[in-house]
Amino acid sequence: MSAHVVPLKTYFTIFGALMAGTALTVFVAFQDLGPMNTVVALTIAAIKALLVVLFFMHVKYSSRLTWVFAAAGFLWLVLMIGLTMADFDTRGMS
Amino acid sequence: MSASSTPARRAQPLHAAGLAHHFEDLAQQHEAARLGMWAFLITEVMFFGGLFTGYAVYRNLYPAAFRLASHHLDVALGTTNTAVLIGSSLTMALAIREAQIGRWKPQIGYLIATMLLGATFLGIKSIEYHHKWVDHLMPGPGFDVSVFGAEGPHARIFYSFYFVMTGLHAFHMVVGLGLMAWITRRAARGDFTPGHHTALEMTGLYWHFVDLVWIFLFPLLYLIGRHG
Repeated sequence: MSAHVVPLKTYFTIFGALMAGTALTVFVAFQDLGPMNTVVALTIAAIKALLVVLFFMHVKYSSRLTWVFAAAGFLWLVLMIGLTMADFDTRGMS
Repeated sequence: MSASSTPARRAQPLHAAGLAHHFEDLAQQHEAARLGMWAFLITEVMFFGGLFTGYAVYRNLYPAAFRLASHHLDVALGTTNTAVLIGSSLTMALAIREAQIGRWKPQIGYLIATMLLGATFLGIKSIEYHHKWVDHLMPGPGFDVSVFGAEGPHARIFYSFYFVMTGLHAFHMVVGLGLMAWITRRAARGDFTPGHHTALEMTGLYWHFVDLVWIFLFPLLYLIGRHG
């Protein structure tokens, strides 16, 4: 069973981190970082997503097979977006 | 699992409550449910992933139009909705925790709070949709390309992505609220025990996934080149 009961403190810490991440994303969006704006925004989003998956979705406390499933979803997403963009970026369309 | 246990099941008192006969024990049954749910969530990742890929391609092709179009979205409402959704993920996680430690009343309370926050999200979303409707920014024949000057036609592409992506996300929220109503009713009936609350936990996985999608939608749609 899901015997692992996550301490309340952990949930509230993650919640605080997600809220702080949201505030930071908005703050950073209004600073001029050139092409880094998108990179920073996506990095913060990825960290927030990781926190949700590991703690709220209990993957941190789940079986190795659950890790493999979650990682597979991420891997195929990266392949789909990465290879598509590599294609478009090398066609000289933009 | 459900109240409609078969006569065959009742004839086998050795089985724990809620255990289907083809599983060894509740732990194995729970693990199977969790993996099945994750397999479903992967298909959801790929489903939304296709839209994110299309978005990436067109944003790369028309960066200026996407920036202009994005500036017509309301950052304050978008940020509020992000906070509301993260809050609902917290209450969902807490509801499952209460089931794990076998507390009935706070479990129902957190589930209702999750539903209220989900409904708040949809309410704010509909206010935003209404603004776009009034401003003629709904893709279709009514779309006012003149708002964006020469970038008008490409800005319309941004709004197509905006409405399809947030619309499908909102649809997932509606489905989530339906699941929550069902799960809250079961929780109120006392279905979930520390040893067996698989349905509650799987609904939680779905709810958190919908939150995940929004975590990426928010910066990609609302926050493009805001410093400009």
